[in-house]
Amino acid sequence: MDMQVAKKKLGLKERYQVMTRGLDWTPSYQKMEDIYPYAAYEGIKIHDWDKWEDPFRLTMDAYWKYQAEKERKLYAIIDAYAQNNGHLNVTDARYLNAVKLFLTGISPLEYMAHRGFAHVGRQFPGAGPRVACLMQSIDEIRHAQTQIHSLSNYNKYYNGFHDFRHMLERVWYLSVPRSFFDDAVTAGPFEFMVAIGFSFEYVLTNLLFVPFVSGAAYNGDMGTMTFGFSAQSDEARHMTLGLEVIKFILEQDPDNLPIVQRWIDKWMWRGYRVLTLVGMMMDYMLPKRIMSWKEAWEVYFEENGGALFKDLARYGIRPPKWLDQISFDKDHISHQAWATFYQYGAAAAFNTWTPNDEEMDWLSQKYPNSFDKYYRPRLEYWREQAAQGKRFYNKTLPMLCQTCQIPMLFTEPGDPTKICYREVDYQGSKYHFCSDGCKEIFEYEPEKYVQAWLPVHQIYQGNCFPEGADPTAEGFDPLAEVLKYYHVEMGRDNLDFEGSEDQKNFDQWRGQATKNA
Amino acid sequence: MAVAALRKYEFEPADAPAKFHGAQLLYVGWEDHLMFCAPFAFPLPPTMPFRAMVEQVLPGAFGYHPDFARIDWAKAEWFKSGRPWTPDFDKSLADNGLGHKDVIRFRTQGLTGIAGSCS
Repeated sequence: MDMQVAKKKLGLKERYQVMTRGLDWTPSYQKMEDIYPYAAYEGIKIHDWDKWEDPFRLTMDAYWKYQAEKERKLYAIIDAYAQNNGHLNVTDARYLNAVKLFLTGISPLEYMAHRGFAHVGRQFPGAGPRVACLMQSIDEIRHAQTQIHSLSNYNKYYNGFHDFRHMLERVWYLSVPRSFFDDAVTAGPFEFMVAIGFSFEYVLTNLLFVPFVSGAAYNGDMGTMTFGFSAQSDEARHMTLGLEVIKFILEQDPDNLPIVQRWIDKWMWRGYRVLTLVGMMMDYMLPKRIMSWKEAWEVYFEENGGALFKDLARYGIRPPKWLDQISFDKDHISHQAWATFYQYGAAAAFNTWTPNDEEMDWLSQKYPNSFDKYYRPRLEYWREQAAQGKRFYNKTLPMLCQTCQIPMLFTEPGDPTKICYREVDYQGSKYHFCSDGCKEIFEYEPEKYVQAWLPVHQIYQGNCFPEGADPTAEGFDPLAEVLKYYHVEMGRDNLDFEGSEDQKNFDQWRGQATKNA
Repeated sequence: MAVAALRKYEFEPADAPAKFHGAQLLYVGWEDHLMFCAPFAFPLPPTMPFRAMVEQVLPGAFGYHPDFARIDWAKAEWFKSGRPWTPDFDKSLADNGLGHKDVIRFRTQGLTGIAGSCS
């Protein structure tokens, strides 16, 4: 007698169906809009969530298995790196300051991305994107963890690695990446996906990760390089999701186009402004350079991004606004940013320096239109002054842009000798901006940006001193008190690299490793 | 446009004048001297004479620059929100029409920074 035996295992396709969309159900006693309250208010119209094409076919059980395997390899390498004093193999202790910038400015954003995708993964009415966002949310928290674990090794030996989480919500320049992400996670789910899933993860991510990961590889930092490579397969998935989201939204309803276009304009500009920090890192902070910021922008944005926007033209999407200005500014922003950190080096949680002769020549060669004319004289003057014991520390607080929160250091489109000033009157108050992009973003949603926690204004309001500090007391030193509030230790975490504790220790330890004395 | 929101979306600005303990913010930039990376923000009493701002506040902020000692203030050109403007040095900031978060700039003819680079 023939017996019908149930198949023990599902086929790959069935299994995927059952383990993702099969987990969804249609509610019977609750209304859809009560379950998904954020699905409609942004104005995006979705008629059929089942049209969502899952960009990758991964089920949760396969996800755990695959990620666990990757993580085991990663931690084996990190352990070996730590046990073999791998930190002494980096090119030069100046390099570590790029890593400090990454840990304080970027790793916390991975955590914020985790929160953002978890939120969106709850709020989309479609099961397909919910599962994809759930996985990305777990990726992001893993990335935050592996980055913190990899970099914690440096905290045993060097300054400035000790309190990144505390610093994120306080230190002036960290308000730039922080407010960028706060802006995204406080938007609705569709805007978040266009902001982070598409604009950041798809279009700009190469400009963030390639410089840091290649920079690590070029500068002997095996630990950072390894987590970069480990994250790469996840990033490929994130990029696919980002692109799928855009296409899905645009295919659902023609009314979605202007909304999505505005978000692309906004978030490309916001992301580009945050990347100023990366440009400065590439041109000034890596002892062994990979490529210039300008070259990176040309390859990863102008060429790759150009092809993408050609592809999206069939949906009616045009390239983001303000590209002419960005194209002009690629000769300038990294120099303008480093000059800012150099002069406010007393208030930064890393060391700063002037480039040496060889590095200046590299900059001249990479920036023939700008470096010798506008930036070399400034840097050489500072270097001479420092040699005479008059290292420049700017002690007066700068004016900030209301939107990107960067000091007003950017220049007029087409004229690198004039600071770009833009202002708006809103409800009887003045608001100031570094650019047309930041101004227009404010004008569209002023209610949001009037709440900006601008570090300079907060200091002047008296909100950035440690508990118990008395600004009216005689001899009150505001800078010293602000540094205490930041948990930045004067003379250790900040000031010039020349003469720093990191420099001395690194030289001594490397000397012990390579010499007999 | 207004922000898209589910409910009423109204919040107090973070930088309302009342939060600065009697001071108001004034932003000051020096044209052609980008060695100072950005204009400065100062919390100043509105009653402060303009002259006191120039003689007592600005030197602490801009004095590091070798051009600063060469400034002839009588010839300096001033701009408010980018438009030419003439301050009265003997009047207060408020009487000069300067309110909270106003931005002024000055240009000092003949002084164009380190080696003429606008630094």
